[in-house]
Amino acid sequence: MKEQKKSWNELPIGGSILEAGNSKNYFTGTWRTFKPVHNAKLCINCYFCWMHCPDDSIVIENGKVTGMDLDHCKGCGVCAEVCPKKAITMEKEEK
Amino acid sequence: MAFLLKDLIKKQAPLASGHRMCAGCPAPVIVKQVLMSTDHPKVCTNATGCLEVATTIFPFTSWKVPWLHIAFENSAAAVSGVEAAYHGLANKGELPEDMKNAKFIAFGGDGGTYDIGIQALSGALERGHNMLYVCYDNEGYMNTGIQRSSATPIGANTTTTPVGSQSYGKREIRKDLLSIVVAHHIPYAATCAPHDWMDGMKKSQKAIETEGPAFLNYFSPCIPGWKIPADAWRKLSELAVKTCFWPLIEVENGKWSLTGESKRIADGKAEKVPAVEFMKNQGRFKHLFTQKKDDVLALIQADIDRSWDFYRKMAGY
Amino acid sequence: MSSGRFIAVDGADTAAFAMKQIDPDVVAAYPITPQTEIVMKFSEYVANGEVKTRYVTVESEHSAMSACVAAAAAGARAMTATAANGLALMWEILYIAASYRLPIIMGVANRALSGPINIHGDHSDAMGARDSGWVQLYSENNQEVYDNYIMALKIAEHKDVMLPVMVNQDGFITSHSVENVEPLTDEQVRDYIGKKPAHFKGLLTYGKPVTIGPLDLQDYYFEHKMQQHTAMQKVLPVIKEVQEDYFKKFNRKYEIIEKYKADDAEMVIVGMNSVMGTVKDLVDELREKGVKIGAIKPRVFRPFPKNEIADILKNFKAVAILDRADSFGSFAPLYAETLAAMYKFEKRPYIRSYIHGLGGRDTTMELLGTVANDLIKMKDSGEGHLSEAYLGVR
Ligand SMILES: Cc1ncc(C[n+]2csc(CCOP(=O)(O)OP(=O)(O)O)c2C)c(N)n1
Repeated sequence: MKEQKKSWNELPIGGSILEAGNSKNYFTGTWRTFKPVHNAKLCINCYFCWMHCPDDSIVIENGKVTGMDLDHCKGCGVCAEVCPKKAITMEKEEK
Repeated sequence: MAFLLKDLIKKQAPLASGHRMCAGCPAPVIVKQVLMSTDHPKVCTNATGCLEVATTIFPFTSWKVPWLHIAFENSAAAVSGVEAAYHGLANKGELPEDMKNAKFIAFGGDGGTYDIGIQALSGALERGHNMLYVCYDNEGYMNTGIQRSSATPIGANTTTTPVGSQSYGKREIRKDLLSIVVAHHIPYAATCAPHDWMDGMKKSQKAIETEGPAFLNYFSPCIPGWKIPADAWRKLSELAVKTCFWPLIEVENGKWSLTGESKRIADGKAEKVPAVEFMKNQGRFKHLFTQKKDDVLALIQADIDRSWDFYRKMAGY
Repeated sequence: MSSGRFIAVDGADTAAFAMKQIDPDVVAAYPITPQTEIVMKFSEYVANGEVKTRYVTVESEHSAMSACVAAAAAGARAMTATAANGLALMWEILYIAASYRLPIIMGVANRALSGPINIHGDHSDAMGARDSGWVQLYSENNQEVYDNYIMALKIAEHKDVMLPVMVNQDGFITSHSVENVEPLTDEQVRDYIGKKPAHFKGLLTYGKPVTIGPLDLQDYYFEHKMQQHTAMQKVLPVIKEVQEDYFKKFNRKYEIIEKYKADDAEMVIVGMNSVMGTVKDLVDELREKGVKIGAIKPRVFRPFPKNEIADILKNFKAVAILDRADSFGSFAPLYAETLAAMYKFEKRPYIRSYIHGLGGRDTTMELLGTVANDLIKMKDSGEGHLSEAYLGVR
């Protein structure tokens, strides 16, 4: 993504960042070498993966885990490690 | 109060994704556990260190709460200033509605807390600000490339205590920060390990809701610093508690107690696991095994036994 | 209109009195001679409920400045005071206060920076902080201390500025000398400083979560420095505007550079803070003898009023610059910057540097008399031009 960087007189003063949580626009998914694959059939929606994920990358819709935010997931594998039902497996990233 | 994951998932996580903490670093999980433990408005300060650097690389921030970083050694002084501003504005009737009942939380690494920041921490605790200080203890200066801190355990290979022909790694035992903090007679202090999230969140909630200063020392395994796999933090957090390397402790108004697995071990309901089980899969201790440094391993076990005995006694066992 | 009411106070109590009238939201301070009296006096105001300020009795100056930065970053008016080693301990955070664009006001009772340790007045503390991004105001006497404090807030919080301001006064010589001061009334001060302007917002007052103090790397740091640079360049016009407004409202005239009997002078002595009182006495004495001498006193050292000072000095024949600080291995600060400012002219006066009064050594009329004699010699012959002296050293 080629972004036009702002000039000094367009930035808020003092180096402050006024948009909370805008790091969402920065994609750390490219760091991955392994990706988590979620198997909804085995998942019991215990949400342990959600609690242990350092990257807020477990997608939950209407109370159900539906997969991972692969734009941000760094592939650490903690979700797979903690999953009591082995509903998440780590697979080599194909690039 | 018990926390239910089915309720927590509905709330907004305090840290957005897109931060640049290492893959598998539990520090963001610690932030989540602390900040999601209450619904109060919160303002955070952060010492220089991995958490600060990697979550706020301009123009991006991961923080969804008001957040301030000034420098390395002054997260506690910073939180004092914000808390003072709260009262100063309130005295003049200028405190905005959305900040009524706000809570103030400082984060710092072990370097920023045990070492260079201990003066500011001690000052803030003594002055009695209504705040929580959270140390995420990864047992070294990780942001600057894995140097030893006074929280680094004996035997660890770090870049300022490298293993060599005359060195087995760090020689000194860890500083007992919890006891130092407790000596300020603050209303609440505790240790947490992030794998026991329920224990951590209950303590966080108590700590935040306590009037006056509170302190949490949160165990935080470090992937590159400890030379461990990216999915290892949970297991190591668990082992640190099971080996009594990192006992779960709570000190409320001077009364010590053990919690979680540590309490079970003290009560004789669970086995205290040998320290080597915690150490053997960490690269920072590898030389102790490959070079058969049984004497150093024995030193480490003895240090754990000593401190465990101390904490058990403090907790009335 | 001024109040017409006088109080007899020393410089430190003057500072504390001005702080009381400003009634900042937060004060975080730590005692150090000769500033201590400021914090002691202010503590009494707090103890007696005369201010609404939240007063933080920090455990060090590092934490004092850190707490002020945090309080200002939270959206509060924050003030502190220090001197010498205390200012040195704040060093790291001074830069951060300015970089975050926080309108903190700090009194400095200028004192020699160790070592060996010395508690008396010189400018080595403030001069070391001259590149930290703070506005620096200097005060010859207690009245100036007072008025500088009140104006400092207006300057700091101006929308084009938003920078911290240091109000300097000489340790002991000013801080502990009792003089008559004519303060404004509490109401006058309250009305004058008003509520915090809308552009002054922080963690508690933004109405949304903001991040202050992120990691700022190669791709944006330079732009933020440019903002700071630009803000500093706007300070002198703002000071002028504030001084004019102050004159209109309270009939007290201040200028960025004070000229004393300089209009027809051939020679001038330039310096800052309390020594200028003695210099003025000397000027009076010499004028009676028909010597065409005057005094020039910058009230602002940061930003350095380079054009103003150069334009004033260019027409004199001989100039003596008094610095109450050394810059070991280089030119003394006021001298160096004045030289640089004069470079734009082809025809320049003879000029000479005097380092004086280090560690509180008294700069007497007699010593200053030798400076005047040097000037008289230099103005025709050029003797001593560009030389540097330690005034009165044994
Ligand atoms: C006054 C000062 N000294 C040194 C540094 C360099 N420095 C920045 S972060 C850091 C180590 C941080 O270690 P820690 O507090 O344990 O946090 P971690 O990076 O491990 O999360 C150091 C030494 C600094 N920023 N400021």
